[in-house]
Amino acid sequence: MASKEVTSTDEFVKGLWRDNPVFIQVLGMCPALAVSNTALNALAMGLATTFVLLMSGLSVSLLRNFIPREARIVCYICIIATFVTSVDYLIMALSLELHRALGAFIALIVVNCLILGRAEAFASKHKPGRALLDGLGMGVGFTLALLFIGVVREILGSGSLFGVAVFPDGFQTWTVMVLPSGGFFAMALWLLIVNRIKQKQAAAAKTVEVTS
Amino acid sequence: MNVPGQQPQTSAWSMYRAIVGIGAFCALVIVVVFQSTAARIRDNQERFLAAAIADVLPETRTTVAVGLAEDGRLVPTTETLALPVFLAYDEAEQLAGAVLTAMGMGYQDNIRVLYAYSFEQNAIVGFKILESKETPGLGDRVEIEPHFIANFEALDASLSVDGSALANPIVTVKQGEKTDPWQIDGITGATITSEALGNILNNSASEWVPVLERDAGTIERGDRSNGQ
Amino acid sequence: MSGQNQVLEIGSSPHVTSGASVDVIMRNVFFALLPVCVFAVFAFGIAAALTLTTATLTCVVTEHVICRLNRKPTTVGDWSVAITGLLYGLTLPPDLPLWMVAVGAIFAVAVGKALFGGLGCNAFNPALVGRAFLQAAFPQAMTHWSLPFAADRFSELPGSILAFPFAEPVYDAVTAATPLARMKFEAIQAENPDLLWGLTSGSVGETCGALILLGGAYLVARNMMNWRIPVSIMLTVSLITWVFMQIDPAVYPRPAFMLFSGGLMLGAVFMATDMVASPITNAGCWVYGMLIGGLVVVIRFWGGMPEGVMYAILLANAVSPHIDFLIQPRVFGTGRGAG
Repeated sequence: MASKEVTSTDEFVKGLWRDNPVFIQVLGMCPALAVSNTALNALAMGLATTFVLLMSGLSVSLLRNFIPREARIVCYICIIATFVTSVDYLIMALSLELHRALGAFIALIVVNCLILGRAEAFASKHKPGRALLDGLGMGVGFTLALLFIGVVREILGSGSLFGVAVFPDGFQTWTVMVLPSGGFFAMALWLLIVNRIKQKQAAAAKTVEVTS
Repeated sequence: MNVPGQQPQTSAWSMYRAIVGIGAFCALVIVVVFQSTAARIRDNQERFLAAAIADVLPETRTTVAVGLAEDGRLVPTTETLALPVFLAYDEAEQLAGAVLTAMGMGYQDNIRVLYAYSFEQNAIVGFKILESKETPGLGDRVEIEPHFIANFEALDASLSVDGSALANPIVTVKQGEKTDPWQIDGITGATITSEALGNILNNSASEWVPVLERDAGTIERGDRSNGQ
Repeated sequence: MSGQNQVLEIGSSPHVTSGASVDVIMRNVFFALLPVCVFAVFAFGIAAALTLTTATLTCVVTEHVICRLNRKPTTVGDWSVAITGLLYGLTLPPDLPLWMVAVGAIFAVAVGKALFGGLGCNAFNPALVGRAFLQAAFPQAMTHWSLPFAADRFSELPGSILAFPFAEPVYDAVTAATPLARMKFEAIQAENPDLLWGLTSGSVGETCGALILLGGAYLVARNMMNWRIPVSIMLTVSLITWVFMQIDPAVYPRPAFMLFSGGLMLGAVFMATDMVASPITNAGCWVYGMLIGGLVVVIRFWGGMPEGVMYAILLANAVSPHIDFLIQPRVFGTGRGAG
């Protein structure tokens, strides 16, 4: 029982760091680079993706014995597209302004390979509870990663954070950071930091192994 | 098709069952979500429109939705048109202007805009983009570039002498080459989008301004509905 | 700084196969650039001097720090990074805030050079990478030009140049459109002598065509530059421009204007000839030059911006490995008929 507890937590935690969808698996680059120009957009995109991940993971897991292997991709895509359409309506009901800001990228969640990837690699092989935990972990990891990128881009590119100015008047905004190329720069910066930390961790783990 | 060693092929029936079943399930989910959010979305859109009208023509207090009758005259309408047109009245119940919706093809997809026409200045005096999917960072600069927004403080849309068409068509020119009040100073790097907006405004204004100028005064006071 | 530099000279430099070592070539490039720099300071005053110094120093320090971070011997001693910094400084507007100069310099060396693996591995000319970044990040500041030969240029600094780091610059000086901008937006062409002797406004080191050509001639004479690249660029630009001028002289400028305006001279002589980012074979150099020349004309005539030399060179840099691949000298005994 105890060991099972640990592994379920692990299903959740792995998406945050060890298998982070953006920084480690480098999946879902299209939204990660395109709509992370402000922190709010990044957060909204992350939450929308998390919702789709959770719902499609749950559905695929529940239906995993019903879906024949040969027809699985079309079924997964159908399920994912359904929840993306739902999230589209939900965001419209929530705020039209937000819907305008995210633009075409909500519909593009369908082709985010992260979601199909989790459905194929995890949800179709595990029980619903596990699939939900995995989807939640991946979703939160994705949201955090987008938020990290969005914060850097918004602070430099607009001089604000969540729309609130963080610098006194006269701050020179870095136009490039709100342009698509800024997404690549911010992404590269975080990848540099994440890889550096991972290297350090790996080195530390090695020393522990040797000494123990 | 059966590769030796692979598991036996699934029967056609179970595939049909799965695809049709999932299709039905998905359809159900979408219908439920659509039904439960439709009211909120309509609400949001109305509030959004009211705010947008106040944005392009701040004097507005009440509005009357108008449409064209069969004989081409301007009449109040209760239908929700695809591209609604409103007459806007100020606090003193005087005609403050007209607010029009227009739509046309941009670089990626249709662009929907809202603009205000002033009877006093014979010009477009306010402009707002309602919906666009233009390239982030390039085409969508039409919403933030100050020199581009400044075009719509008073964009000439006066009629020709006989009142049947615009005296000068509204056109977008290259950035920095604007010489006349009916020209839109474009954006370098967003050429297609800024030209598309010029076309959208020109088409819509050519169609509506002659009718508005002719008939706007004839709309009866009692026809006014309270647009929030 | 000077103490550090002396220590660094001892560091071994990478050697190129052409015989002359990197530091010898780079020192000669420095001599070739010297007249251009002196003229820049003469034309734009202390602002230009500060821009060039900041650019060079920041590049050198960045390279040194990156080498230290990588626990590798510092490569500052081969002069190449100092030349990168100087070239980068020459491409900037004279009243650009110094903090922006520093940001671009760090970007040039860190992203344009170090990330690719240092000297010899960079795919793009680092100086232009830095400038391209600034152009994208601060488009307003990068298209603000001060007048050359202002009366108080040796006594007073433009207010913008000392803008507080990360603060928006405030311009007090009179703005002057570059010859290319006047051509593009007002259809006015500058006179030949003005362009040749650098009496127009523009980037710190791009205005005086004659001195740039002199520096280029020196390098060619010492066999340290492939003359085919600048010649090919200039011929292509002249030819295409001449053809279009025949079609409509009212719209298209004359070839001499195209050659001596904007960054074309500086780019053709000192930027496009970057040994690492240009093709290896002579035939490849001709193709490379034609590509740059063609792109420059296309961007200047039909692009949104008045100037296109920087992007033309960066694009051609990206293509140059492919030019090398396509134009390979046939290995003896292979190829057609050897099957």
